[in-house]
This record gives sequence, structure tokens and C-alpha cells, in this order.
Amino acid sequence: MKSSALRLRANIIKTIRDFFWSRGFLEVETPLLIPANAPEEYINPIIVSPGLQLQTSPEICMKRLLSQGHQKIFQICHCWRYGERGSRHLQEFTMLEWYRADSDYESLMLDCEELLRQVALSSIPEGTGFRRNGLSITPHGLWQRITVQDAFERFSHATVWECLGNGLYEEILTSVVEPGLAAFHTPVFLTDYPAELAALARTKPEQPHLAERFELYVGGLELANGFSELTDPEEQRRRFIEANRQRVKDENSPLPIPEPFLDSLASMPPSAGIALGVDRLIMLAAGSDMIDDVVAFTPESL
Amino acid sequence: MYTVADLKKGLKIILDGDPYLVVAFDFVKPGKGQALYRTKMRNMINGSLLDRTYRSGESFEPASLEERTMEYLYKEGNHYTFMDQQTYEQVVMEEAAMGDAKNYLLENLKVEVMLFGEKAIGISLPNFVNLRVTETEQWAKGDTSGNDSKPATVETGYVLRVPPFIEEGELIVIDTRTGDYSTRVKG
Repeated sequence: MKSSALRLRANIIKTIRDFFWSRGFLEVETPLLIPANAPEEYINPIIVSPGLQLQTSPEICMKRLLSQGHQKIFQICHCWRYGERGSRHLQEFTMLEWYRADSDYESLMLDCEELLRQVALSSIPEGTGFRRNGLSITPHGLWQRITVQDAFERFSHATVWECLGNGLYEEILTSVVEPGLAAFHTPVFLTDYPAELAALARTKPEQPHLAERFELYVGGLELANGFSELTDPEEQRRRFIEANRQRVKDENSPLPIPEPFLDSLASMPPSAGIALGVDRLIMLAAGSDMIDDVVAFTPESL
Repeated sequence: MYTVADLKKGLKIILDGDPYLVVAFDFVKPGKGQALYRTKMRNMINGSLLDRTYRSGESFEPASLEERTMEYLYKEGNHYTFMDQQTYEQVVMEEAAMGDAKNYLLENLKVEVMLFGEKAIGISLPNFVNLRVTETEQWAKGDTSGNDSKPATVETGYVLRVPPFIEEGELIVIDTRTGDYSTRVKG
């Protein structure tokens, strides 16, 4: 890794930390080795020994802290997702997550705007912006918002429901919709996902087929995923069981259910939480195409 | 068998009966969605490029390819025949699969033949070959046109540009990687 990228990484992590400290968030540390992650159809944890996995996200423990009464918390930590390796994926990567009690996904979008402006001010030469595929993306103007339904109709001429029905959702999203979002000169929020694509999110009160979930895209690169948290333990259990049913159907092994988390959900206030890929944020600040360029070591080099 | 986890640049697999070389690969996974394994592959027989996207659970048959040193024997129609000097086994390759290599083939030249099963699908040549010039214009002494090269035909029929002082009947060295004149063989 080039020393300039190493310095940029340190600078951005310090900026993130200062940003949340100055806004009254409590920095927390939760265990990386846990008995159960939230079971999801397409996320495979690394199983370390019987009954112990590496976290795929700190969400389970962080939400339990909300249930204990903490209002605003954040964490910068490593997460592991088995088998994920590509130009923007590492099996072990750095995640930023933050949570707000008594809040919803709208407030997280405002946090994103302020955070990226602060990172740009502190880490990128003035006037250059974030960079991706030769395009400069400035966080200082008005950010665009587009719903998932609108984005599919605008870029793909098929509805998201059709794409979900015929199994082409991921294909159309990554080959048509994301390149469409890559043309924007500001960051974009893709909002209001179909409910089946948001296993831990609250659905919209007036439109139960949609979830209060958004993804932040910068230059077409998916940077963060936030949502209003589901707080109904029974509904959450049903979704975990459904995820495991799908995993078995995919010839994948079912995953243990995080029971203490479900127990704590009943006392969790309405909340919102978000996960942001720190390595990708550094890629955007450095103008790198490869995640390899912004980490001290890739797994292949160890 | 390979799985999607084995996919990477340089992997050789069989697809619809043909051997393919993975020339580009990326892992794509939209948030909370299913992983996609994007590949660009080159057909090792006809060179055509193909984009394919795979999902978890798919598997691939490895393409077992073998390289053997063989000697070029002769050409008949559009077919080139090579022979393994150890086993006397002969293989025939079509002109289309030869690419530029046909420009440098002289009888008895030793080449590396890539075999896919029984089928010869490509050859690699030595980096430099010596070929005799069979036809080129005489260099007029005192030519002031400023041309620093002229066309020449070598014994395989291949035409390239050579320095003005090269004469018919001379042996020259050609770089098979670029197809360019390299130097003159003295004596």
C-alpha cells in the first residue's frame, strides 16, 4: 500500500471519529466473535468454532445497546463475510455503523450528507471531490434522491417487481441501474426498497410493500445501507426463519437465531441505523478503482 | 470441478465443449442481494470473447490443456501438419487457428503446440526466427528519397518492411512477437 493511501485512511478514520464525537454520539466497542449474526439469505458468516462466528456486522450488539437506553452510538470495526472478494469486496473489511434512537431513516440521510462533506473538506484537495470512473462527485451541492421503483423504471424499462419475479433483480441493478446512478455528479440516495429486500427494516406505514431502507451511492459505488429498524420481535423472528428457509432451498446451511437480540427488541425504541463501508469511502477519496489500493494488506499478500 | 469461488483471471474452463480462458473477473454483490461472478472469457480455439455472469452454486469443468514440442512438417490446403519427434504422433491445425504464426513457419521449425484433448488449438513460436528474403527491390545507391525502409517478401510469403540495404537471398531475423525485422544474419 502506498504511504499516501495509508495516510488518507488514517485521516478519514480520524475525521469520522471526530464527526460523531462532536455530535454527541458515544463510541462503542462490541464483540467481534459472536454466537449468532442476523441470518440473511445471501450473507455467509465465517464460522470459527461450533457456536462462534465472526460478525458480519455489529448490528446485533449495537441494537441491544439501544434497548439498554443508549441514544446515539457509533462504531468503527472489522467485519467478515465469507467468500466475498472482488474489486470492491474484501472478506475482512472496515465498517462504520451508527444508530439513533427515537429516529428514522430520514435523519440518517442528513447524517450522511454532513459526514461526507466533512470527509471531503478534511481529506480531499479542494475542488476535486470524490472520484469514480473518471467522474468527480461533489458532496457540497444538493443530493439526489430516487426511489428503487423509479430508478428501475427510468434506467431499465422493467419494474423492480418484474425483476424480483424473474430472478434478475441483482443483474439489472448492477448492470443497468448502478451505471445509471454513476452519471450523477452528486451522491444519490436510492430509497424505499421492496420489503422483501430489507430483512431488518421497518415497512412504510402507508405502503407495507415498501421498506424504509435506503442505499447511498457515490459515483455508482454502493457506499452505505441504512434503514428504520424493525422493532417487532415476532415479525423479526418470522423473517429470520424465512431467511433460513431460503438458505436451505439454496442448498446453504441454516444459521442460528440470535435469541438475546430478539428478546431485547421488544424494549428497543423506534430507531434508525446505518452501515457504511469505510474502505469504499477511502477508495472514493483516493479515486481508486480497487479496494486493494486502500488497505495495508490484501488477504492474497499475507 | 471448479466452483465460482475458483474463478479468477487465467483460469481455463470448458464451456459448451470449447476451452475458454478467463481474461477478466469481478465479484459483484449488491447490498443484501445475491452474489454475481462476472467474467470475460476468450475462446481458446477461435479467439472470440464472451461475457458470462455466474451465481453461487454453479460449477465448471477444468479445461486440461497440454503443450508439446513438435516439428512443423507441411501445409496442405488450409491444413498445417505438425509431428511429435518422440512419438511420431501427428496433429493437424486449421489455418484460422494459426493466427500470425503461419507467417513464420518453415519446414522442420520446432514449435510448442497447445493441445486440447486430441485437438491442436494454438502454437507458440520461438521469439526469433531466421527467414530468407525471396523478393525485394534493389537499393539504388544515392537514393535521396529519404525512405529508411522498403517492403520485402520472405520464403514463407510473409511481407514486412526491412532496411534499404537488405538484398534478395539474404537471411534476416524476425521478431515473431511483433512481426518486425530485427537484424541481418551475417555470413
